[in-house]
Amino acid sequence: MKINKIILSFISAVAILLSTSVVSFAKVVGDKIVLGAAISLTGKYSSNGVHTQNGYNMAVDRINSMGGVKVGGKTYKFEIIYYDDESNPKRAAQLAERLISQDGVEFMLGPYSSGLTKAIAPVTEKYGVPMVEANGASRSLFTKGYKYLFAVLAPANLYLDVAIETAVELNGGKGVRIAQAFEQDAFSQDVRLGILDAAERTGSEIIIDDKLPKELNDMAATLVKVKQMKPDVLVVSGHTKGALTAIRQIAEMKVDVPMLAMTHCDAAKLSKQHGKNSQYALCASQWHKSLTYKDNFFKDGMTYAADFEKEFGYDPPYQSAESSAALLVFKDAFERANSFDKKKVRDALAKTNMQTFYGNIKFAPGGQNVDKPMVLFQVMCDGSGKCENKVVAPLKWASAKLIHPIPKWSER
Amino acid sequence: MDFMVFQYPMITIQACLDGILLGVLFALIAYGMALQWGVMNIINIAQGDLVILGGYIAYFMYLYGIHPAWGVIVSPIIMYFVGVGIYKLVINKVVDRDLFISILATFGISILFMQLMNFAFGADVVLANSGYGTTFLFDSNVVLPNSKIFSAFISIVFAICLVVYMKKSKLGRAIRATAQNARAAKILGVDTEKVYAATFGINAALCGVAGALISITFTIHPYMGLPYTIRSFMIVIVAGLGNLPGVAMSGMGLGVFEEFADYLLGTEFRIGSVFLLLVLILVYRRFKLSRKREYLK
Repeated sequence: MKINKIILSFISAVAILLSTSVVSFAKVVGDKIVLGAAISLTGKYSSNGVHTQNGYNMAVDRINSMGGVKVGGKTYKFEIIYYDDESNPKRAAQLAERLISQDGVEFMLGPYSSGLTKAIAPVTEKYGVPMVEANGASRSLFTKGYKYLFAVLAPANLYLDVAIETAVELNGGKGVRIAQAFEQDAFSQDVRLGILDAAERTGSEIIIDDKLPKELNDMAATLVKVKQMKPDVLVVSGHTKGALTAIRQIAEMKVDVPMLAMTHCDAAKLSKQHGKNSQYALCASQWHKSLTYKDNFFKDGMTYAADFEKEFGYDPPYQSAESSAALLVFKDAFERANSFDKKKVRDALAKTNMQTFYGNIKFAPGGQNVDKPMVLFQVMCDGSGKCENKVVAPLKWASAKLIHPIPKWSER
Repeated sequence: MDFMVFQYPMITIQACLDGILLGVLFALIAYGMALQWGVMNIINIAQGDLVILGGYIAYFMYLYGIHPAWGVIVSPIIMYFVGVGIYKLVINKVVDRDLFISILATFGISILFMQLMNFAFGADVVLANSGYGTTFLFDSNVVLPNSKIFSAFISIVFAICLVVYMKKSKLGRAIRATAQNARAAKILGVDTEKVYAATFGINAALCGVAGALISITFTIHPYMGLPYTIRSFMIVIVAGLGNLPGVAMSGMGLGVFEEFADYLLGTEFRIGSVFLLLVLILVYRRFKLSRKREYLK
């Protein structure tokens, strides 16, 4: 009886060992390069998680159908193993661990959001697994000295400082008075730091500096202060909740402010949910389809947007575009490294210098992309109430002229 | 600390009015909670999630081109049946157990609802636009969105209807009898099982109304229910059970308190201050109780 038990447990231990060691050679199987990704398919980030996954899938299909990745004279195809991290950082870290040590993945794609990327980065770093991520912009990701983390997007502190600079420029180079309200999460607080930097650089003054709670759905108090103090610029960052609440209450309370700058407008589908009330809002974006960057796979932003819409039935938000770009970066790095050695691929990634439809990509030592500026678009509506996002800054990419100051509510 | 709210009288008035309008809405949710707490001895942690579900009903009407204000009628009807359904499936198994079991059960329902709503409606933050304008007072120094006034008005109407119903109707009397003494009511021929189901249904219907109003005035999201549960719990704790004027007053008080906390401490402490107040009141109540006990000794 006892011996039976011992034999049984021995056999199962061996079986477990065997099963893990078999799959741990799975980084490149046959002609497939297997990438791993933990994505929020359920939970509070699920909509952006799906945008991310669609972006990844779109690029995998495109690269595979256009000849795949050529390494050592052989052609390989991409394949991604996805797990659902339930929008939960702890779960994301566990899944990264599982992808690497059980599934044998040696190259990772990032999850959605700064918080989850922060949870996964220590794991990939521990195993020396290169991770190209497209949806974690928090500055703190790039100051920790991570060697295997590469982000195709611009860091969060650069999101809205273009807005402050534009406002100062329009004010004849003189500093402006800024009112700001930021949610208390890693991302928004980084955006805030960027504004503080920009204010100091331009000699601007911050007259309202509010923090918004996670459960935000009422910011009337901040707006009453704005009404009283009459700042030149109002900056709001609180994910989709912040953008939707701000526009609703600004319109209801008829708050007049010459410039309104925000983040997450397109994720919030601002122009669709609020229509004309969202007009003139300035929004920070990593990407816009009208930008004229080019590559061989997606041609340009407009073509990407059209193809994406054909496949998934909606206009691609920047979260999808940057996710697609991550795959292009991986392909480029594999081919330059001409190897599947993690260290060599990592070194090739560090030397990336390329243009994609999403923008130029070149990594700083911290891992952030330093070659792609943020763009600002403004919501503009025509007479029939149909609203569109038009790029207004930086001037090089502008497809419309910035409307400034925002007309008063009484004159609309 | 920012004392702006006291320096400008207009801001003080604005904060008070905002708080009162908000408080009336909270009081409606709290009244539902007080009702079922009193009758069934159940603290419903899923209260806020029922509110959000009600909000989604109004939102979907809005999506299909119906004015979301009609949600105030449709949402409670649907939510009544949802409430009765929850009662038949879960609550009737825990209704005569101790309070802790019911808290656990409704906590489970809350998690289930959050996930189901997330699954069915997605994780996007949504809202329904009523298109109501704005009311300007005092030389347009004080602005009140009409949607807030509308929601306060509707809340009051529903509260009055409910009070009258409780006083006059047969079911209302049965509910009150059950609340006073369930066993005696049963002996006298009241079908307490039915009364419980109806009470839970009425509570869910009230949540439905409140949810529809919230989708018009604020935003809704599958995970936004908890703050509403906490607020209504807090209001009921302060007012006590079966004390409707008390619920209304403490609701408005809480609304004003939140607004002032928002101005004084910053928006980030808005919900935090409610939690803090809750702790203080619980401690105070305990303190008072222990003094009473000493006196009895």
